[in-house]
Amino acid sequence: MKNGFKDKLSERVFLALALSSISAIALITVFIVIQGAPIIGKVGLRDFIFGMTWAPSQGKFGIFPMIIGSLSVTLGAVVLGVPVGICGAVFLAEFAPAAVRNLFRPAIQLLAGIPSVVYGFWGLIFIVPFIRDNLGGPGLSILAGSIVLAIMILPTIITISEVQILALPRQYKEGALALGMTHWQAIYSVQLPAAKSGIVAAVVLGIGRAMGETMAVIMVLGNAPGIPTSILDPVRTLTTNIGIEMGYAAGDHRQALFATGIVLFVIIMILNITAQFITRKK
Amino acid sequence: MIFHGAVPESKLNGGSRMSGKSPNIKIKTKNLNLHYGTFHALGDVTMDIKERSITAIIGPSGCGKSTLLRVFNRMNDLIPSCRITGDVLLDGDSVYDKSTDVVELRKKVGMVFQKPNIFPMSIYDNIAIGPRRHGISRKSRLNEIVERSLTRVALWDEMKDSLNRPGLELPAGAQQRLCIARAVAVEPDVILMDESCSALDPESTMKVEELMLSLAEKYTIIIVTHNMEQARRVSDMSAFMMLNENRVGSLHEYGPTIELFTNPQSKVTEDYITGRFG
Repeated sequence: MKNGFKDKLSERVFLALALSSISAIALITVFIVIQGAPIIGKVGLRDFIFGMTWAPSQGKFGIFPMIIGSLSVTLGAVVLGVPVGICGAVFLAEFAPAAVRNLFRPAIQLLAGIPSVVYGFWGLIFIVPFIRDNLGGPGLSILAGSIVLAIMILPTIITISEVQILALPRQYKEGALALGMTHWQAIYSVQLPAAKSGIVAAVVLGIGRAMGETMAVIMVLGNAPGIPTSILDPVRTLTTNIGIEMGYAAGDHRQALFATGIVLFVIIMILNITAQFITRKK
Repeated sequence: MIFHGAVPESKLNGGSRMSGKSPNIKIKTKNLNLHYGTFHALGDVTMDIKERSITAIIGPSGCGKSTLLRVFNRMNDLIPSCRITGDVLLDGDSVYDKSTDVVELRKKVGMVFQKPNIFPMSIYDNIAIGPRRHGISRKSRLNEIVERSLTRVALWDEMKDSLNRPGLELPAGAQQRLCIARAVAVEPDVILMDESCSALDPESTMKVEELMLSLAEKYTIIIVTHNMEQARRVSDMSAFMMLNENRVGSLHEYGPTIELFTNPQSKVTEDYITGRFG
């Protein structure tokens, strides 16, 4: 009887704690929707999302340049980061000798622990001048942001992909080798396809991280709210738009920033749900 | 170790599949020793394996049967601590020589595993993947290989209309036959089967056994099995393995299946095959 009571009690405590974390998410969602929805109603959803001009002082709230900014920087990060990340995961899972692996694994996890402002600062000091001097333009650019973000999403992609490759049944690799495939052939024709859904999920989570990153990209993107014409142009992303202007915004302007947050929130939700859906399908 | 005398002519020459010729030796091991680190897994295994016949390796768990089987296609190479001494010859060429190309060796010595290990792709691709990686890209040629390989394992009629379905959707018995077809598609000389029926129901087991018998017309087949009846039903030669007095896996008795089962030379073999231990 007494044990039964204890069981019930601890169950309740865990439930309360779990609910409080879920309710935090719910509260944030409700709050940004309440704060941001009125301006979307006022401007109109289409004009808000597809509007080309962001000029809060003139009452123009179009975030299309920022959507393009977020997408282009994220795409750049994926193009640069995903091949490196997957190759890194394959190297760690299949080729690295134990000593190398034991050195690389914590080092890669450490990458995830570096504060994003440090990445931004490093990008500003090294990448931006390098691009300005060698490729032209202001240096503060899509390319600079993509490079910094590519490095920032590496830990996510490498760690999850490596786990996926290691979790494959040994029989896949043995079966491939027994057919007279080389180690490399076994990897690309059997092991990677078998781990595909997990690796895609890793990439989607990486995209979510790139999309949501603010501090590092504020420092290297230049933040001009226009449509870029080359990867050497500066852009502003949805996150940097909020980060830069929230400090002094008021009234409609402030609401428009919350509305930007809603759009970002929806995009990231879709990405996370996609990642979960992909992993579950397996 | 006990060797029976000369293989009786009646057994080996009588069968139609020997086509009247006395069979050649396909694989030869001499004083084969295998260590995993400090663990001595196989001790002084010396045996000849005849071409186009079925050799069964039997014995209690943990006596090195699978380890011995994996010597023949160098699957043990995957284990870094594995060391091998002695000779292993395939068609007279050393399997463990420095100049031996492991990939070429494994094309010649195919393997079917304990659990069906169909790759997560279509039935067609499962079979075509080996030949593709070995450089065959012409669609018509691949189609031909897929049809021939599936026909060999008696799955063609059943599967010719569903070649694009995922292989993993098939029942276990069909999956295992597909694995055999996949091995056959690479046109090996030798097929190793590591307890390939242990995960199957009796009916599927029977089908795989029939398959073994028909494949032995063309290939040298070596099976590891826990199933005494299976060894007796399908194999021409039986190798009984045991831990020796130093607890090292070794070949205890080796001879024609019919003799090993009806007239075992050693008491231990007799006890094992009559089910008194193991």
